[in-house]
Amino acid sequence: MAERMTGAEMVIQALTDQGVEHIFGYPGGAALPIYDAIFQQDFVQHILVRHEQGATHMAEGYARSTGKPGVVLVTSGPGATNAVTGLTDALLDSIPLVCITAQVPTTLIGTDAFQECDTVGITRSCTKHNYLVKSVADLPRILHEAFLIATTGRPGPVVIDIPKDVQFAMGDYYRPDADTLRHQSYRPQVDGDLKAIEAAVDLMLKAERPIFYTGGGVINAGPEASENLRELAELTGFPVTSTLMGLGAFPASNPQWMGMLGMHGTYEANLAMHDCDVMINIGARFDDRITGRIDAFSPNSTKIHVDIDPSSINKVVQVHVPIIGDCNRVLEEMIRIWRSKTNQPRTEAIAPWWNQIQKWRDVGSLNFTNSDTTIKPQWAIQRLYEATKAQGKDVFITTEVGQHQMWAAQHFHFDKPNRWMTSGGLGTMGYGLPAAVGVQVAHPDALVIDIAGEASVQMTMQEMSTAVQYRLPIKIFILNNERMGMVRQWQDLLHGSRYAHSYSESLPDFVKLAEAYGGKGIRCENPAELDAAIAEMLDYDGPVLFDVIVEKDENCLPMIPSGKPHNEIILPDTANIGSIIDEKGRQLV
Amino acid sequence: MNAHLQPTGSAYFLTQETQQTERHTLSVLVDNEPGILARVVGLFSARGYNIESLTVSETEHDKRLSRITVVVVATQKVLVQIKLQLERLVPVHKVHDLTAEGSYVERELALIKVRGTGDHRAETLRLADAFRAHIIDATVESFIFEVTGKPDKIDSFIALMAPLGLVEVVRTGLAAIGRGPEGM
Repeated sequence: MAERMTGAEMVIQALTDQGVEHIFGYPGGAALPIYDAIFQQDFVQHILVRHEQGATHMAEGYARSTGKPGVVLVTSGPGATNAVTGLTDALLDSIPLVCITAQVPTTLIGTDAFQECDTVGITRSCTKHNYLVKSVADLPRILHEAFLIATTGRPGPVVIDIPKDVQFAMGDYYRPDADTLRHQSYRPQVDGDLKAIEAAVDLMLKAERPIFYTGGGVINAGPEASENLRELAELTGFPVTSTLMGLGAFPASNPQWMGMLGMHGTYEANLAMHDCDVMINIGARFDDRITGRIDAFSPNSTKIHVDIDPSSINKVVQVHVPIIGDCNRVLEEMIRIWRSKTNQPRTEAIAPWWNQIQKWRDVGSLNFTNSDTTIKPQWAIQRLYEATKAQGKDVFITTEVGQHQMWAAQHFHFDKPNRWMTSGGLGTMGYGLPAAVGVQVAHPDALVIDIAGEASVQMTMQEMSTAVQYRLPIKIFILNNERMGMVRQWQDLLHGSRYAHSYSESLPDFVKLAEAYGGKGIRCENPAELDAAIAEMLDYDGPVLFDVIVEKDENCLPMIPSGKPHNEIILPDTANIGSIIDEKGRQLV
Repeated sequence: MNAHLQPTGSAYFLTQETQQTERHTLSVLVDNEPGILARVVGLFSARGYNIESLTVSETEHDKRLSRITVVVVATQKVLVQIKLQLERLVPVHKVHDLTAEGSYVERELALIKVRGTGDHRAETLRLADAFRAHIIDATVESFIFEVTGKPDKIDSFIALMAPLGLVEVVRTGLAAIGRGPEGM
């Protein structure tokens, strides 16, 4: 079975055996043997990035949109350190990545050699697991184990650091079978405890004000989990809200959909979370952007929490019924048990609850005052959404981080999972453009749009060059308000409108910039011309930088302000947000 | 239930822990691979847990397993998190909270250098005998004692040696194991 080959060839053979068709990387001295092995084969396609951070976000976009692991290849030293932001991003958002970093030869490790850094030391706290391969004999096992660890349990990034002499060394390659691979100490629990699931269903059967609070775990559990969530929602008749990471798992077009919850979530979702009697958390982790003030978080509810990571249970919020397991399997069991007990949704019992929800919906928390003279950012996203619906293509959205990201989450709607790629946990500005490149590599015929801000997008702008090189027709929809809008909003809220360094000054001419890269640039500042400009963008077969000049000081609302519970949310008709947080609260920030 | 968490006026919360902290001894079975100690220690520093004592050594050479004994001081809630976060590490096989699980024995070893002549020397030897400390090195003006026991016994012995010419001390940290016939 075993085949003699070099360590570098083993890397490519293992990727091939894992079915990896695309990797994102950047060569360098220590990685050259692996690059030489790439050159001599056709199966694994390498996408050359412009900066290693870009490679990691591309791999994240690729992974999030396909459900397959994203693979990154970088050189030692700066190659590895540049990858750290993306690895941390993938850790916080539970994205499966395998990142292969080259290392100086084992004989030079510890001598401060050229382009040497302590990669496993640096990445220990920003990966699910990492390896330094000291002998070629260990390489086949480690390569395959890395894929197992990255993709199973709660997914995450895994780093394999391979010294150059190990890449050159000859050894026996084999593909370990799953049983021998399985780490003695690594056995994620996927089946939920049946008694706990039964207890959960019993609570659901008696609930009068229930709510499903779903998260990225449903997406990570695969498309069947989304199907099962729909089925369970239909069976029960309960309302559904989701975190930023979970958008798309439940269709936005479904009448049971409440919109996103959390700091910039809808009024109805947040008020329902606050007032519910049974909360069913499926694959979300009570992040601080969701809970707001913990002591006032959903004070009277019985909480059910489904999570594959035992350490997520009771980490932030104490729950009554913890269920450790894969979201899909637990949802399947919930459906089965619900069916065994009743054939009816709880329509009548929860009718008063839906009436209450309707009253909250009628508040219209996502409303905004439109304008004839300036483009409102929310309106721009709504027009983009309508235009993409008419295209009939599969649409994938990525975002950067800030106001535009929240507006995209509020005003762009998703009916399928894996169509929404955003940096939730780490909040990485510069995520969206490379993520869009990664998504487009995986889905060449789809429409891939990065909804961006002019500040974020400049952090990884150089990947425009990657998009042009590989003819990836990504659309970068920049909501340009010449501000770091979210920072500006918080300065209004907390710092007496003293705008310390939150302007985007000396901005490039994005049209010329696009042309300089060999793409297309479009600029639009007149609301009357927006639809035509969007159509022009969508019609162009190539990468586009679309510069939408929008209202400069629009606030992203609704918003649960600092230190307030869910039911003290700021609604869009609030004129002056500067007076909402009191002096005491301001000093504590 | 989360009333100990005080709002701070920002979206972040400073916790004012009102719960009592407790000292617990954990026994952690891990793969003896490079970097494992850094992983465990890094987890404690990254998440702000306090370590009182930590010992580690390979215990099953054939299976390349090491046992780490770690003494932590934390609230109940954090103790549960420490256990779960440790179990999340890929090379960690098992974590047992010996204090929570009940009956266990614990021992520590210390080497203690004491300098003195005349009456001090005689008194030092008498006390060492009472604590069942062994002399493992001696010169005409000094001794090195080996003393084993619970940490408070070692504390007491060191305190007694202080006025008699204590020079320096090294301690291994705590090793602990559950009582009874069952293994971990």
